[in-house]
Formats: sequence, C-alpha cells, structure tokens
Amino acid sequence: MPLILLLPALLGLAFLLVPLIGLVAKAPWSTLPSRLFSADVWDALRLSLVCATAAMVVCLLLGIPLAWLLARGSFPGRGVIRALVTVPLVLPPVVGGVALLLVLGRRGLVGQHLDAWFGITLPFTTAGVIVAEAFVAMPFLVISVEGALRAADPRYEEAAATLGAGRWLTFRRVTLPSIAPGVVAGAVLCWARALGEFGATITFAGNFPGRTTTMPLAVYLALETDPDVAVVLSLVLLIVSVVVLASLRERWISGLR
Amino acid sequence: MTLHADLRVTRGDFDLSLDLTVEPGEVVALLGPNGAGKTTALRAISGLLPLGDGRIALDEEVWDQPPRVFRTPERRPIGVVFQDYLLFDHLNCLENVAFGLRARGVDKQSARAEATRWLDTVGLSSYARSRPRSLSGGQAQRVALVRALATSPSLLLLDEPLAALDASTTLHVRAELGQHLQRFTGHTLLVTHDPLDAMVLADRLVIVENGRIVQEGRPTEIARRPRTDYVAQLVGLNLYRGTASGTTVTLTEGGTITLAEPATGPVHVAFPPTAVSLYPEAPSGSPRNTWPATVTGIEQHAHTVRVRLTATPTGPTTLLADITPAAVADLHLSPGQPLHATLKATEIHTYPSS
Repeated sequence: MPLILLLPALLGLAFLLVPLIGLVAKAPWSTLPSRLFSADVWDALRLSLVCATAAMVVCLLLGIPLAWLLARGSFPGRGVIRALVTVPLVLPPVVGGVALLLVLGRRGLVGQHLDAWFGITLPFTTAGVIVAEAFVAMPFLVISVEGALRAADPRYEEAAATLGAGRWLTFRRVTLPSIAPGVVAGAVLCWARALGEFGATITFAGNFPGRTTTMPLAVYLALETDPDVAVVLSLVLLIVSVVVLASLRERWISGLR
Repeated sequence: MTLHADLRVTRGDFDLSLDLTVEPGEVVALLGPNGAGKTTALRAISGLLPLGDGRIALDEEVWDQPPRVFRTPERRPIGVVFQDYLLFDHLNCLENVAFGLRARGVDKQSARAEATRWLDTVGLSSYARSRPRSLSGGQAQRVALVRALATSPSLLLLDEPLAALDASTTLHVRAELGQHLQRFTGHTLLVTHDPLDAMVLADRLVIVENGRIVQEGRPTEIARRPRTDYVAQLVGLNLYRGTASGTTVTLTEGGTITLAEPATGPVHVAFPPTAVSLYPEAPSGSPRNTWPATVTGIEQHAHTVRVRLTATPTGPTTLLADITPAAVADLHLSPGQPLHATLKATEIHTYPSS
C-alpha cells in the first residue's frame, strides 16, 4: 500500500468518524436520562419518526409507479423527465422549501385552490412536514426502484401474460416480488433522508414544537439555548440511524448489488 | 378446431413470412437454424409480438389480424414452455403451477388442488413446496410443462424445450416429454434447432430458413427427401441438384452421377454417407460411380469416421463418406490425400426438384 494513498485514506476515515466520536464523548452522560425522557425530546422524536415513515409511504405509493413509468414506458422526452426527477437530489433543500411554499402555500398556484375548495392548508402543519420530506426523499426511491426494474428480466412478465395474468396482476405478483430488494433499499434510503431533512422542512413547515419541530429542527434550536440538549438529540438521531442501517444492512447491500 | 397462422413480421432487415396450420392433437415442429425466425413466429402466435400483417386464428376465433384485431397474450388460450422455463423464483413449484389458474379467476383452494394433481402427473408432487431454483434441469422443465398445461390451453407452444438440459438427461427427458405431448389433445407447436428433438417429438416438421418455409412434411419423408442443403445436413445426407437424362444426372455444381433407375428433368439426388466407399487405387471392374477425390476433412463420430471429400471435376464438389476406423487406418487417411470414391447406385434416392 503506497503511503500517498494510505495517508489520505486514514485522514478521510478520521474525518468521517471523529465528529461522531466527539458527539459520544461530549454527551452529558450524568444528566442524560432526565434530558432524554423530557417531553420535548420525546415529542420531537415521535414527530420525526411518524413524519419520516409517512413520507416514505407517500414516496412508495407515488415513486414505484413513477419508477415503473421511467423504466418500462416509451414516450418522448423520457430522458428529460428522468433528469428532472433527480433534481430534488441536488437542489439545496431550502430552495425546495421555497418552491413548495410558492406552489402549495396559502396563496400558491395550487395551494390557494386547496384552501378555497377543500379548506386544506399545508404550510406550517404536520402534513406540510411530510410533504417537504417526501419532496426531497422521493428521488432516492425512484432511482433505486428504477434500477431494480431495469435489471429485472421482462421475460418473466411475458411468461405471466401467457399464463393469463393481466398487467396489474403481473405487476403485483411477478414484477414487484422480483424487485423487492431494490424497493427495500430505496425505502431505507428514502426514510433516512426524510428523517434528517432540515432545510425544506423549516422553510415550508416552520418550527412549531409538537407540530412541525422534528429532531433536526430541535437540534438546531437547542444549540442556541441549551447545547447539552442538542448533543442528546443528536445522539438519539445517530443511534436511530445506526440501528436502522444495521438491521437492514444485509438486504440493503443485496438490493444495491 | 384448426390453428391457422399466416405470420408476417418485419424487424429491421429481417422479414418473416410463414403460413402454418396445426390440427387438433397434432404436434408440429418448427425446425431451423438459429436466426431463422422460429422464436419470432412463436412470439407472434403467443401474442408477445404483434403481427405486421397476416392473420392468426383458431377456427373462427381471430387472435391477431392487423390493423383491426389484436388479442393480448392473457386473452389467448395458450400455454408456453419457454427455453429457460422462466419459473417464478419467489413462488414454490405448487404456486408456479397454480399461477395460471389463479390468474384466470379460479379460487385459491381449487387452484392448489388442481396444481397438485398436475405435479403428480409428472411425478413431482413431493417437490410442491420447493423453490424452482433447487430443482434439476429436467425437473424444472416438467414444472414448466405442467404450469403451461394447467390452464387447459387449446394451443401449447414450446420454445427449445430441451436446449437448457445437459446431454446426459436430454434423452430421458425427451422421451418423457414425448409421452406428455402424446396425451395432450390440443394443438402443439414446438420450436427447435435440434433435428432429433423434432423427429422424435413431432408428427409433422416445418423447416424454416431465413424467415421462410423451405420444406414441410412427416419426419420420415423429410429424412428421405431433403430439399435444401440445411435439411440434408440435418439428416446427414449428401444432397445435390441436377438434370437427369436416362440414368445420368448432370449436377448443377459440376460432375455427373449415374443412377440405377432412369429419370428425366430437374431432380434432387440424395444418398447417405455410408453409401460411399473409399479406395487407395481405382477399383477393378470399374463401378459406374467412381471418381478420383481428395480428402478435405476428417471427423470422428461415435462408431464411424466421416470423411469430407471433393470429387471435382468428374463427381460432386463436396462429398461425405462414413467409413470405419479400421478403414481409416488401412487408408492412412490425411487431408489433401488423393483417393478413389465409389458410390453404390442402388442407394441413391432421386426425386423431382420442384
């Protein structure tokens, strides 16, 4: 192993791991239990988990059909649409939040009709958090599922058709099971992204404890008032991420292969 | 009920144009080299590929007639056994066989009972809960066969059903498949590039080259009277075209062959490689068909040696001879060696070539 590669490699490893170690080292262990079980932390964690899971479900419901359309459909401009789908991936989340506000805000293009016709207001509500999280997380699911669909052998779908299965039945009983690892991988990435979402959430949904203050928002908020609480919250997020990653590692890796 | 398929499909440079009929209970084999359009034909009949022109109909029931009628595969009464079987790996064998019944609206209980019966007919009921991945090639093929048969199709389509098997099991599986096809009362269309599969399994052969039918008939008829070089090679015969006048045939490629029985006009001349004998010197008594020849190739077969020769200008340009290994040793055969080839006129088969 040449030193010129080894040295930056170790430096990179340290760069990734030392902040996490620092988080654990600086945690106020003595007061940890009392802080951990405070109502604020609990509310933020519950809200984060609920919103991230709801956002993941939204992404699954809309993202799998979208991935199918991109992988199997043949229509003009498919390449352009695929590129557009990945825009939220590279877009600064704050910009996404602003865009959502302009469209779904109370005076937004779509939002004003939602408000006038159905009395639905999305910004600065828990539903708004879910919308913001789904917006930034969906591309992860679409890309993963589309990749799995492209890798799946379409001849199995043909075999199902010759056995009398229509398109929908074939999709449910043949296509979906065969891409399950890709869907799981996409869902995990999507959930993790939603859980950590900050910029779009605070822009579109604001910061109202119990309603829109998710863990990342609570961390940011606590950093200004009580840094110890920020450390505790961060630690909780770190543990949740590691647990999820560890429990799905096997499937995740097999899905990406 | 008769299946009529007038298939016309154009894909890029390739142009398929076949007119097929299959009677009930009949097994028809579509035989041809790779790229002849056999699989394209099968895909068109199963509805996986729409026709460009033509018509597919089972009696009065039209399946495809562009531009007006097109039935999707799930609305055709067919069963397909694919080349690599395409069993669903996330389902066990029983669920695979029950899939078609479930798709056609049979309730779960009845579908499973029916699927169990089908697995039983191929001796695989003990594998009902096994995943297809864990089966041997022959077992997987049988599951694929009963999966296709479970929906009681009018037409059974088989795409190279034995190609994915290793040589040691092919013999056994082929014989068994033959029995199942015999029992099936619907129409069967088999696609294969293996002449042995076609000869053993089919009642009638349809030979396809370059998207066209070049010959069709009963296996014995095709074996005795091949019409193209491909067919002659398939059945291991020497085949030539020529013009007969009395007992002499002037070959179009040059050289002459003398017949035992007189004939006239354009003819095909066919004879097996075993009818050719090789001698180091011109044999005495001068049999009628004796040509100086040169060895161009030697192939070892199971019990014989096939020698490729050229007998220009007096005889055929290419000539196959089957001789015993002992004769090879006697002759000290090597490529480029000059010899004398004789052909027994009584083993020559002559038939009009139009």
